[in-house]
Amino acid sequence: MTPAGADAGVDGDPSPAPSPSTEAEQPADHVVLGLTDAEYELICEQLGRQPNRVELAMFSLLWSEHCAYKHSRKLLRRLPTEGERVVMGPGENAGAVDVGGGYAVAFKVESHNHPSAVEPFEGAATGVGGILRDVFALGARPIAILDSLRFGELDSVRSRHLLDGAVRGIGHYGNSIGVPTVGGEVYFEAPYEHNCLVNAMCVGLARRKDMVRAAAAGVGNAVVLMGASTGRDGIGGASVLASAELGEGDEAKRPTVQIGDPFEESKLLECCLELLERGLLVSLQDLGAAGLTSSAGEMASAGRVGIDIDVRRVPLRETDMEPFEIMVSESQERMLAVVEPGRVAEVLATCERWQTGAAEIGAVTDRGRLRVLRGAETVGDVPVEALVDGCPLYDLSPAAPEGWIYGNRATLAVGASPEETLLALLASPSVASKRWAFEQYDSIVGSRTARRPESADAAVLAIPEAGGAIAVSIDGNGRRVACDPYAGTVEAVLECAQNLACAGAEPLGVTNCLNFGNPEKPTPAWQLEGAVDGLADACEALGVPVVGGNVSLYNEGPEGPIYPTPVVGMVGELADPGGAAPSGFAGEGEAIALLGPFAPSLSGSELAKLRGELDTGLPRPEVAAVAAACGAVREAVRTGVLASAHDVSDGGLACALAEAAIGGGVGCRVDLQPLRDRGCSPVETLFGEGSGGFVVSGEREALESLAGDGVAVLMLGEVGGEALKIVAGEGSVEVPLAEVERAWRSLHALVESA
Amino acid sequence: MRWGVLQFPGSCDERDALHACGLSGEARLVWHEERDLSGVEAVVVPGGFSYGDYLRAGAIARFSPAMEAVAELAAGGGPVLGICNGFQVLCEAGLLPGALLLNQELRFVCRQVELVDDAGERLSIPVKHGEGRYWAPQPMLDEIEAKGQVAFRYAPGQNPNGSARDIAGVVNEAGNVLGLMPHPEHAVDPLTGSTDGLRVFESIARSLA
Repeated sequence: MTPAGADAGVDGDPSPAPSPSTEAEQPADHVVLGLTDAEYELICEQLGRQPNRVELAMFSLLWSEHCAYKHSRKLLRRLPTEGERVVMGPGENAGAVDVGGGYAVAFKVESHNHPSAVEPFEGAATGVGGILRDVFALGARPIAILDSLRFGELDSVRSRHLLDGAVRGIGHYGNSIGVPTVGGEVYFEAPYEHNCLVNAMCVGLARRKDMVRAAAAGVGNAVVLMGASTGRDGIGGASVLASAELGEGDEAKRPTVQIGDPFEESKLLECCLELLERGLLVSLQDLGAAGLTSSAGEMASAGRVGIDIDVRRVPLRETDMEPFEIMVSESQERMLAVVEPGRVAEVLATCERWQTGAAEIGAVTDRGRLRVLRGAETVGDVPVEALVDGCPLYDLSPAAPEGWIYGNRATLAVGASPEETLLALLASPSVASKRWAFEQYDSIVGSRTARRPESADAAVLAIPEAGGAIAVSIDGNGRRVACDPYAGTVEAVLECAQNLACAGAEPLGVTNCLNFGNPEKPTPAWQLEGAVDGLADACEALGVPVVGGNVSLYNEGPEGPIYPTPVVGMVGELADPGGAAPSGFAGEGEAIALLGPFAPSLSGSELAKLRGELDTGLPRPEVAAVAAACGAVREAVRTGVLASAHDVSDGGLACALAEAAIGGGVGCRVDLQPLRDRGCSPVETLFGEGSGGFVVSGEREALESLAGDGVAVLMLGEVGGEALKIVAGEGSVEVPLAEVERAWRSLHALVESA
Repeated sequence: MRWGVLQFPGSCDERDALHACGLSGEARLVWHEERDLSGVEAVVVPGGFSYGDYLRAGAIARFSPAMEAVAELAAGGGPVLGICNGFQVLCEAGLLPGALLLNQELRFVCRQVELVDDAGERLSIPVKHGEGRYWAPQPMLDEIEAKGQVAFRYAPGQNPNGSARDIAGVVNEAGNVLGLMPHPEHAVDPLTGSTDGLRVFESIARSLA
């Protein structure tokens, strides 16, 4: 059965005017909904009249920053997106790369920042739910979740509340739906106090022949809405909440946060995968921000067709919902599918078996319009192109700030001893072990997790279907990006590549989430531009395509913007999941070396933060040399030369050595003199940061033989003993391993005792 | 040996259990609406969140048609293994004594733990649950201990959830129904952790051989 009016599209008649019963809005209403006067004028121009209430609601959401990327789309054109392994690139629900054997890996990272800042448990939970749907919309079974989280300092009650809620929310959703959370990162910095970041990444595995795109096709085909019923939750989430700064009175926005139901999604996931495996769907799209309007609009736009939707056929939670509410509701756990008429009955029967809701709510037309019907009455009628692609794209007005614009409270005296400094760094919540968080996540369901959290630099997942494995990493240090948006973002990409190299993996593709402040202001605009350039250049240099991503702007609190935070997710492949090097030392007597072009500096470092010495500026990473070092480490891991491999990151070389020692349960004796010969001071060699450093261990001759072809190897010492002994000129450190470990594992007590 | 692994809407570890069972026999999934277990000799009630578990873990699943069939199989002496949510379901169904409560720290915990079986042997097997604190009234605890129904305890210092008397798994009086919170199906491959879980599946397979 086709909804009334669906067949009327074939004659190509101009669409009828909306019925007079829906009155035109007062101009002021568009401002409330987040549109500018100029944008409203443009909508009137494109429609040839004023929009009615339904149409205005639809435009206000699809023309929001969140949906239209109006301040970032021009910049994102700079990113390299092509590569021979790319199966799906930007524009689809998620990106995907070929992993051989007829399989592809799909992945994407997305933000759910503002909902989490207002209601952390549901905000984070639905963030996970949303990114899972993006991945199974392609026909990929989700096999891993990673999260990148940012909160204010932990001495704030609010930050502890947000951390606790977000971690519980991620666990609740991921654990309940049976997808392992295998990795992630958490940083605590004052600029995130009012605007925490919750970015979730999902990785899925698909048989290439089962994969579908989101483009609607086939005039006369049915449009089927599957999953949960539609309620009033999340109305305006994309515009009111996601595309505006946070401020006073955000509690009032709580109704715009959606509520997650992982059980509903679990059934929907299994149902969708079965439908795709049986070839019953033409295309599939998840319902996220802006609900039905966005899904139907984007499916129609991608397929260059039109879609009619009859709101009377949408299963509702409440009986008296208005058409505009039904069209923009962000109720979770819903998917929209295009189905050939002859297969609708079979699709509905499969949904019934999985106890998931399903209703035929509309049809594909050839009129290029998204029409909203209420029975026989047309209550909204807009051109798809104007709705989806008509939003004006804005140029930014970037300007570099004069100096360091963020505060920086000193918590460690500059005169602190090297031992005190090391222990303070290891206990700093951003550096300390995140076991408190990751033990709340099921990291093993699915039986693919070959390296559990903190046992290696990257998560490693076996893919026996394709005869190998993948490694996944997610990284981004906002503080360093604040120091230099370009260099900081290059470093984020390089850190992912270094993590993958430690697992023996070759990068296949990148996804990213750009979390920034208000792009209409000069400083965030400048940060965004620099970061996108850095992302583009680093990916270009490594030869890794960006296959998808997400942009989250207007991340500001009353005290200003967050640290600019590009979060990079990278997926790579390796042949042998068992061959990934552990990050911890393996045994007494092994030699320890520093591999790569590591040139430590205190600029933007964790130590500079603790000392209250943060300022702008970072050294430029030597991308080519880092890439060469990654290649050398990757090959050495693959051939079994390395007993352990760990990249030097937050807290510098001393912290990297401490982490390797804790991981292996054994001490080490090293002398950093060879690094001092590169012109570094003792404190820089111990705690300075920068790209390109690997702490590796193994047979002495084997490590020495890794040098050459532009790869530097400095022999530092050996594994052994029950203490961390680091000689760095007058800055030497000797601390019992137990004390080192106590400092590094202090996060649990810090969070639970408060 | 022919294993059947129940699949409820909301099950999470049914494929992992299917794989583990397949290492010691044939194995197939049993849909929760199946009333007839035809040909299945031993059943695994797997981990997960059956029917969402929004009411109380396992409280809905016990009423499923497949669980009626499982109760019949158990009454006839057929082996039944409940893992995590499956353990909760078997307790709710009255096939095993006791109950599983919220973890003492009120948080989900995923961790590799050491277990000690009734023969005193150690096993390294992961736990992952939010409601795994084994509880029973004192007289019942005394009774199941006296009758040798405690199949697994957490090794000293390893109790992750506050379970009474470190109990990680129990059997029924007849000895053919076993429930445990740790996940032996996630300990069958050195690549993903350990192989100690194989012993649990193999001992059940041997009991029918």
